[in-house]
Amino acid sequence: MTNELDIFVGNTTLIDEDVYRLWLDGYSVNDAVALRVRSGILEQTGATAAVLQSDTMDHYRTFHMLERLLHAPPKLLHQLIFQIPPSRQALLIERYYAFDEAFVREVLGKKLSKGTKKDLDDISTKTGITLKSCRRQFDNFKRVFKVVEEMRGSLVDNIQQHFLLSDRLARDYAAIVFFANNRFETGKKKLQYLSFGDFAFCAELMIQNWTLGAVGEAPTDPDSQVDDMDVDLDKEFLQDLKELKVLVADKDLLDLHKSLVCTALRGKLGVFSEMEANFKNLSRGLVNVAAKLTHNKDVRDLFVDLVEKFVEPCRSDHWPLNDVRLFLNQYSASVHSLDGFRHQALWDRYMGTLRGCLLRLYHD
Amino acid sequence: MPGKLKVKIVAGRHLPVMDRASDLTDAFVEVKFGNTTFKTDVYLKSLNPQWNSEWFKFEVDDEDLQDEPLQITVLDHDTYSANDAIGKVYIDIDPLLYSEAATVISGWFPIYDTIHGIRGEINVVVKVDLFNDLNRFRQSSCGVKFFCTTSIPKCYRAVIIHGFVEELVVNEDPEYQWIDRIRTPRASNEARQRLISLMSGELQRKIGLKVLEMRGNAVVGYLQCFDLEGESGLVVRAIGTACTLDKLSSPAAFLPACNSPSKDMKEIPFNEDPNPNTHSSGPSTPLKNQTYSFSPSKSYSRQSSSSDTDLSLTPKTGMGSGSAGKEGGPFKALLRQQTQSALEQREFPFFTLTAFPPGFLVHVGGVVSARSVKLLDRIHNPDEPETRDAWWAEIRQEIKSHAKALGCHAVVGYSESTSICEEVCILSASGTAAVLNPRFLQDGTVESCLEQRLEENLPAGCGFCHIPYDELNMPFPAHLTYCYNCRKQKVPDVLFTTIDLPIDATVIGKGCLIQARLCRLKKKAQAEANATAISNLLPFMEYEVHTQLMNKLKLKGMNALFGLRIQITVGENMLMGLASATGVYLAALPTPGGIQIAGKTPNDGSYEQHVSHMQKKINDTIAKNKELYEINPPEISEEIIGSPIPEPRQRSRLLRSQSESSDEVTELDLSHGKKDAFVLEIDDTDAMEDVHSLLTDVPPPSGFYSCNTEIMPGINNWTSEIQMFTSVRVIRLSSLNLTNQALNKNFNDLCENLLKVTVTAVAITFDKNQALQTTKTQVEKSLQRASTDNEELLQFPLELCSDSLPSHPFPPAKEHLESASSNSGIPAAQRATSVDYSSFADRCSSWIELIKLKAQTIRRGSIKTTVTVEKASPMSEGNFRNRSAPPCANSTVGVVKMTPLSFIPGAKITKYLGIINMFFIRETTSLREEGGVSGFLHAFVAEVFAMVRAHVAALGGNAVVSYIMKQCVFMENPNKNQAQCLINVSGDAVIFVRESELEVVSSQPPTANCQSSCPGGDVTT
Repeated sequence: MTNELDIFVGNTTLIDEDVYRLWLDGYSVNDAVALRVRSGILEQTGATAAVLQSDTMDHYRTFHMLERLLHAPPKLLHQLIFQIPPSRQALLIERYYAFDEAFVREVLGKKLSKGTKKDLDDISTKTGITLKSCRRQFDNFKRVFKVVEEMRGSLVDNIQQHFLLSDRLARDYAAIVFFANNRFETGKKKLQYLSFGDFAFCAELMIQNWTLGAVGEAPTDPDSQVDDMDVDLDKEFLQDLKELKVLVADKDLLDLHKSLVCTALRGKLGVFSEMEANFKNLSRGLVNVAAKLTHNKDVRDLFVDLVEKFVEPCRSDHWPLNDVRLFLNQYSASVHSLDGFRHQALWDRYMGTLRGCLLRLYHD
Repeated sequence: MPGKLKVKIVAGRHLPVMDRASDLTDAFVEVKFGNTTFKTDVYLKSLNPQWNSEWFKFEVDDEDLQDEPLQITVLDHDTYSANDAIGKVYIDIDPLLYSEAATVISGWFPIYDTIHGIRGEINVVVKVDLFNDLNRFRQSSCGVKFFCTTSIPKCYRAVIIHGFVEELVVNEDPEYQWIDRIRTPRASNEARQRLISLMSGELQRKIGLKVLEMRGNAVVGYLQCFDLEGESGLVVRAIGTACTLDKLSSPAAFLPACNSPSKDMKEIPFNEDPNPNTHSSGPSTPLKNQTYSFSPSKSYSRQSSSSDTDLSLTPKTGMGSGSAGKEGGPFKALLRQQTQSALEQREFPFFTLTAFPPGFLVHVGGVVSARSVKLLDRIHNPDEPETRDAWWAEIRQEIKSHAKALGCHAVVGYSESTSICEEVCILSASGTAAVLNPRFLQDGTVESCLEQRLEENLPAGCGFCHIPYDELNMPFPAHLTYCYNCRKQKVPDVLFTTIDLPIDATVIGKGCLIQARLCRLKKKAQAEANATAISNLLPFMEYEVHTQLMNKLKLKGMNALFGLRIQITVGENMLMGLASATGVYLAALPTPGGIQIAGKTPNDGSYEQHVSHMQKKINDTIAKNKELYEINPPEISEEIIGSPIPEPRQRSRLLRSQSESSDEVTELDLSHGKKDAFVLEIDDTDAMEDVHSLLTDVPPPSGFYSCNTEIMPGINNWTSEIQMFTSVRVIRLSSLNLTNQALNKNFNDLCENLLKVTVTAVAITFDKNQALQTTKTQVEKSLQRASTDNEELLQFPLELCSDSLPSHPFPPAKEHLESASSNSGIPAAQRATSVDYSSFADRCSSWIELIKLKAQTIRRGSIKTTVTVEKASPMSEGNFRNRSAPPCANSTVGVVKMTPLSFIPGAKITKYLGIINMFFIRETTSLREEGGVSGFLHAFVAEVFAMVRAHVAALGGNAVVSYIMKQCVFMENPNKNQAQCLINVSGDAVIFVRESELEVVSSQPPTANCQSSCPGGDVTT
């Protein structure tokens, strides 16, 4: 029963949250109608299927027209065509930019390019998310990325300002942009146990400490050519990290470090003997990760390396999380007592962030 | 007299990308008024240009100010080729021409292109300096206020209601000029939009002049219509009611204490003479004294009404009512005759109002209507629209004589409409014959009227039901009883009217929407033959529509219809009739009898059984409806009344005559007399169908009510959130094998469907929100409520397209498909598909049905929720605002409400800013890409809403009341991927204040209000 022309337009544009969700999830009108029927709405309201169909069509048309505006949320606020209460506008935007955990894990760290877009078919089959929804989410990532990529200032603030997202969602997008820009590898099998939240947590720490914006260079040097302060890692910092190599290269220093840590932790660690046996390996792993970060390739593998060099060895020895924490704290702190080591600040900047990341990454 | 129009172009935003290379636009603006054009600088490479132009000044006659729209065109500068137009904004500056309304138009307007729709926005400031000339209202009619509202606007008081004004202008339709063959669709659309804008400006000015002649200062119930006559031209016509209005500065000013100052004010509205001494000199210019000769009497009335004794007032005004120089007899007994004669002196004693000040309406006779079928011919001389004028004059004359036959001297709730198909045009007019209180016609304040009412001993609540005609000399056979309320006067047993339910009427139970729907096939014919065929069919249609209405009314157990609108529309091989009204049970009228069914073949046992089964079903329905609408009239013993309450035996005979009392007093009466309206005889399948159709009206979901009048009878707890919506449906139907019967059924289904759609669409949203309400926290509760209560008010234009096929080459397969769909119960009309684009009008007769449907969704149980939430809302809403503020604080778009009602529930209208009357054309050549016809029209309707809201907001208003989509003509050509749509909307821009906020606003002392409302002599109040 399709009518040739059948519209129902209200002065105030009413948004049915359920239909909006169905639309966002990429269901066709017919599927959406079927799902709504199953929800028992017909019985509740005494409506006929035809009415439901036309109601759904009306909503879909409205969403379709709104989509253009949602691509630039400030436009939605100022546009005159749809009279939507502010609370509803916020809801529209927030829901439109929301994404599926399963999807974001597939795309996180990948280049947001046409090539990736072609793979969406596979992602859709793999995750069970409709291709339409995948496209929307991918395009959202890409759009946000394009807008804030070249922008100065805080990444989260920029996203919030240009897309009017909630704080939470803006932080997530910052992580997505940061990962996409640095192309961190997240898809390896080893990393599958990690959630988006884990990565987002790490991203936030890294943005706060390892980027140019973190050292507050911009205000003092406004003429610098560095545009994307929050998005790129501080190159100089990465270069300097080579200096940390001495901690493992210098045998005396390494031994001294080990003894300092062991002395401090003796009796406090359940896995003390394992720690003692593994100390040199772990330390070498952590320091080598730092030293390698000058190469882009190694930057990308950061998380793989961390999991391989630290998380996995500890996990195989069944370290409890608390012991990991105690160890990492002592491990970073003890360096201050190494007289021959001159790069304390550098070490703190590196290890402070890494410690946070490792603790977050350390779970099953 | 000249005035100075000043325009400033501030900025643009969200402009479309016009230069693909740079993804930017080099925009500039042309500002045109009349023949003068100004340009802004080109703002290079920006989608959000800041022109911040100087003030462009146009020095123009106020005649032009009234006629011409301000035309703003946004263009993209192109060095090498012609500049590309981005879009236009037309601004009607009329609201700036009377000082009371808006003083400035300032705000963001959507930039509209007839091909692309809205493309960005532009910020414009417009001001008008009218030179302070004492004579400034002589040449043009600046200062006359226009209202679409069909009652006295809320913040005004009627001093005098002068009467009917009408005007009509014609022109060639640009779409049909030879030049249209070579110009672009855009140019053609714009020419049309501009022309119609000009014509309606001219029309308003001319009507304003007539009002000034009548010494009024306002037009209420202004109804302007376009007749797109195709080849033969374009007619813009308007009717309205001229009034002299007094501004009520606050409710307090209404008190007698303020009376005397307000009396003095009366001369001010006319603004003819700032000098108070000349007011008694009567006509000071030749303009004044024309056909409307009663106006000079005004000076009398002024004196008399300011006196304190109301008794002395009556004869004086009586004198006043005697017209032009004649001194009327001072006796009260002559009063009515005098006013009647005064009314009769007017060409047409018609009033477009549907709601009246208390005491204005004395008696109501019944519905009067007249139709006439005309053949259109080319309008040769646009300056002399005599033929069209003559046509309408003829019809009005007929209406007048009908009213007279009903013993009434006036017609209220008057309206006119047309239906055009090819070169045949049906003109219709209808109204309610009534006897009016003379006070208002000449002079009179509300107080004096009330006094007089008491004098005449008209009990409140039933007076208007009493028959105006002589009992012994009735214009038609009708059954009369003594009024159930006062038991003194006679009343008919059923009352049909086109007006709103009077406020003081006593109603039992709730009201409901009653519709009669009818479809008739007719032979396809040309010109004269066609016209003849139509006029032959018309009486039968009217009769059937009427019978249906009456039966349905009985079925609901009600006895009166208000707001009746019968529309008869013509297509190529079909005629359709749709009547909508609100049924109520008036306490003053007798209880309606039931419906009897009689079989034709009484011997057949099974048949008998069937009939009695049917009878039972009908009786059950009546009982159910009575319960549903809570109609429980108090039992009155017959002895007390002492009136001829019919015995059961008599009842059937009585039923027979019932229809007559309310009938349109047309030739149809005769036919009515022959057939019994309430004993339904089942003699063939046709009659069977009729009875079935009676019973198939599906009752709306419980808790959902609809009506088409301003007030929902019997329901008073309106919530203040309202949502207006427009719904358009077109359904194709093959008429190959369709009989009248099937068509009827289909059409019926369609209307029923449409009702259901709205009802259930509302219900869906409602239910959902309600479910949410129970689970959410306090803060969110109020939030939810805001969206729940949104859908109280429904207006839907329902478009019915009827056009025929035979001449058009449908592929046979398609034909089948279409008829299949029609069989499945979706009805309506059919349309040709393959016609040349340039000849849209040749193939399409589409029209809009306007059902003003106001519904209230109060679900059981939700009332309680609403109340509790209301208490909590001030705080929680505040909370919410704070919470949502960060992301959306910089939203610049204010909320503008729209409603087809003349008021906003729970709010008080503080200021009328002027009339909104807009005409848009939208055309597309990429129909599929825009989402098909539905997508195209959906977007267009949304755009129209947006443009109306933008104009209201720019005037400083926050709502449109009496909003109506008067025309929506849709034409498509799917083969060429093209479609075109014309929409005409109108309404009154207002500022309203929520009653909760009102206390703060109206805290000024009343004396101050009086002062402020009586400014010096030189401005209109």
